[in-house]
Amino acid sequence: MANLKELKNRITSVTSTQKITKAMQMVAAAKLRRAQEAAEQSRPYADRMERMIASVASNLPSLDTAPPLVVGSGKDDVHLLVVVTAERGLCGAFNSSIVRAVRKKAKELQDAGKTVKLFCVGRKGEESLRRDMEDKIVEYVTLREFKNLSFANARPIAEKLSQMFNDGEFDVCTVYYNAFKSVISQVVTAQQLIPVKLPDPAEVAANDEDAPDLGGAIYDYEPEENDLLGVLVPRNMSVQIYRSLLESGAAEHAARMTSMDNATRNAGDMIDGLTLTYNRTRQAIITKELIEIVSGAEAL
Amino acid sequence: MADKVSFELVSPDRLLMSVDADAVAMPGMEGDFGVLPGHAPLISALRAGVIEVEGAGGDSPDRVYIAGGFAEVAADRLVVLAEEAVVVADMDRADLEARIQEANGELEAADEGEERRLAEGKISVLQEMLGAAR
Repeated sequence: MANLKELKNRITSVTSTQKITKAMQMVAAAKLRRAQEAAEQSRPYADRMERMIASVASNLPSLDTAPPLVVGSGKDDVHLLVVVTAERGLCGAFNSSIVRAVRKKAKELQDAGKTVKLFCVGRKGEESLRRDMEDKIVEYVTLREFKNLSFANARPIAEKLSQMFNDGEFDVCTVYYNAFKSVISQVVTAQQLIPVKLPDPAEVAANDEDAPDLGGAIYDYEPEENDLLGVLVPRNMSVQIYRSLLESGAAEHAARMTSMDNATRNAGDMIDGLTLTYNRTRQAIITKELIEIVSGAEAL
Repeated sequence: MADKVSFELVSPDRLLMSVDADAVAMPGMEGDFGVLPGHAPLISALRAGVIEVEGAGGDSPDRVYIAGGFAEVAADRLVVLAEEAVVVADMDRADLEARIQEANGELEAADEGEERRLAEGKISVLQEMLGAAR
């Protein structure tokens, strides 16, 4: 039979764990709201940037002369995977699902005879990928010291990527991040960054009820299309990275909120079970003592 | 045709300004240009410089410094995408001068290469801002 004192100790410890998970859940909920707002506020810029690129691209005389960031290096040998994860754990399957997707992709690419390089953003992904793929990690960026993400965090990453691309260190670049779909669902998303997938103008226009009506007029470009695309595309890369960082941030808080909510509930169930055992044991001891007294009195 | 241009200034973090103006002067990459109502559709890269907004009314700022960006003009609408934007009236000359001093110090302390390049870039941006604040 379980010791009463031991049971009591366990109940106390589970109760304090529950307090912690409850607090973490509430903190995550507050942060989630902020992260969602930030993601929403960044949308106008990204939308308009996309519209401009679509417009410029649709007016290019030919793609042959477009900047290399757009058309790629003409090869498909070295793949760079950018892995966006959280800085902390305790957020359910958030980090492990990204890492799993990256491992799978890396294996596929290697089986196909390609070289894989990894660019880790966030401590958790780096930690778990380092175990078996340390030689493939070429860069590691931590965003630990930044409390609030800003565009200034995304730009150095984009600059580093462009520089590596221009130095010929990789041919194709894909970003892996958790997209924020809803509070209970985060989707692992792979987005190809280089070569840029040019948005289809017709599709963009169809999704954008805000698009101006030109009445058949054609845009003038200054400087001419190719040069303009040459400046627009690198900027757009920072925007895309910024967006994936924000999405991943919002998704992280959502994942933590859900998993901490579950943990709180589990702790509650556990306390109920333990309390029941505790009371049963206590009652059994009392009954036993009573029987002992009664049978002792009868024996006299 | 509308007699106002609707002007929007957007940074990656948020929508900074959205006003109706009589005219807006832009620092274009290939020369400054003004946007009046009925301007022909145009997409242009912008260099670092000051955007001047006329007749916006209210207490909205009329001069904004941007560190480069893009402008899209279409159907009486002007959208400017800028990564960094500062309202000129908010700039403090003394503060800017102090920051230039500081950056100069950094430049002297910097070694050759990357660090030096960064410090030089910082100084040139600050000096442009100081010029705009005049």
